Amino acid sequence: MPLFQFLKRKEPNEAVEERADRGFLVFENTSEVIQAENLLKRKGWEIRVMGPPPEIRSGCDLVVEFPLIEELKIVKTLQDAGIPPLQAVPVASPLLQPVDLFQIRDFGRCLMVQAANMKLTVDKESLIIVNISGGGCPDVPYLAEQMVGRLLSEAPSPREIGHTLCGYALQLAYEEMRRRCSQS
Amino acid sequence: MLAVVGTVPNPEFPLLAGRVSLENGEICIQGRQVSVKRGTPALLAAAIKIGEVLGQEEPFGYLVGDIGRGEGSRQLYKYLAKHLSQTDFHIIAFHYIQPLIGWHNRILSVIEKMKKRPILVADAGYMYVAKISGRSDAYDLFTPDIGELAFLADELAPHPFYTRGFLLHEENRVSDLITRAYVHRNASKYLLVKGRKDYVANKNGVQTIIDSPSEEAMEAIGGTGDTLTGIVAALIASGKDISEAATIGAKVNRLAGSYAHPTPATQVKEIINHIPEALEEILSKRQEGKHEQG
Repeated sequence: MPLFQFLKRKEPNEAVEERADRGFLVFENTSEVIQAENLLKRKGWEIRVMGPPPEIRSGCDLVVEFPLIEELKIVKTLQDAGIPPLQAVPVASPLLQPVDLFQIRDFGRCLMVQAANMKLTVDKESLIIVNISGGGCPDVPYLAEQMVGRLLSEAPSPREIGHTLCGYALQLAYEEMRRRCSQS
Repeated sequence: MLAVVGTVPNPEFPLLAGRVSLENGEICIQGRQVSVKRGTPALLAAAIKIGEVLGQEEPFGYLVGDIGRGEGSRQLYKYLAKHLSQTDFHIIAFHYIQPLIGWHNRILSVIEKMKKRPILVADAGYMYVAKISGRSDAYDLFTPDIGELAFLADELAPHPFYTRGFLLHEENRVSDLITRAYVHRNASKYLLVKGRKDYVANKNGVQTIIDSPSEEAMEAIGGTGDTLTGIVAALIASGKDISEAATIGAKVNRLAGSYAHPTPATQVKEIINHIPEALEEILSKRQEGKHEQG
């Protein structure tokens, strides 16, 4: 291989593409960053502390880069430890926001709430979760096994037992379903 | 032969590679049984049912337990990187796996060096990672639902959870979303978009729409997308071309659903039981159509 090829630096876009499965956690101050870094490393996550990109205008001058797919579990771990991040955003596009649209489908006896790629269906009379569909991360079949067939009020929440962004989407559908069912 | 790569929702389940059979409604691999509720076990069960009708050999499975922590998925990626080059599968279907770009790219690099490149199908987490790696065009078939199609069409989104609102869920704009996914090179050679209507598409746009029989409840039933991917993968393994397999597969999945008289509370296992009769009916109708044309 010619030396100049060996030394050639990666194109910026290529570098970002390779990190498209990573996210940034933004904190109020550097003390929280250090605490978060220690906690997440101790729990075995691959993270690193770095300077924030220009798009991020809140928080201190350090961010924690983390595996984006595990946002649900990581944010919950930080919340439980009393160091909730101000923001969790994708590295590739820090201005993107989580989906905030719900699709509602009324099947008569059953009601389906969809958030992003996750759908949760409840029997309106018994308030039993009868189905969960959609999603692609490996916690989805697990969440469905733990939640389907149980009362909406008694099933474990995705936030408690989920890990991934699909779990996060299911949490939003679950919260919306609970809100709707408490009104009826 | 068809190979299926995916996970099962049990953290204790070890990494296993081997032929997968269906026994008493559960999939069986290396003496271990897994119940069929949704996810990769549902994909495998559907593929096995198709194989039974067509007289095909059982699929080869690469399975590991993972409940979202990614540990099982990493083991699986590592195993595939080491062993895949020694295989000669006709088609590989990648399914529920933690989307990890570095590992995905390693697997793809192994596949690209294989003497005979297998047909590559990706659904669920593996479709997500194929897209965010910028390597969608290395795949022959993705099987997104409408929400996942919007994610493919969104050149910025790293996961369906971050798909921008203006792209979400307007089924009458499926054609536009397909075009946008191809423009940004985030689509495979063929797409099978599953939903109230199923669409078979390629870079030239929608080629076929399958919309009957129509059962509204199917949308709520977990695992119906997995069965569709399994049916299509098994049809491709039988020698059908991708477009034809996708079209037949969509019809079979719909008909099997219809035979189950589904409600939103129906479980996918009830639908899987009807796949053989649905396939026989669809193939028989196609045969009659050919005779009439001849």
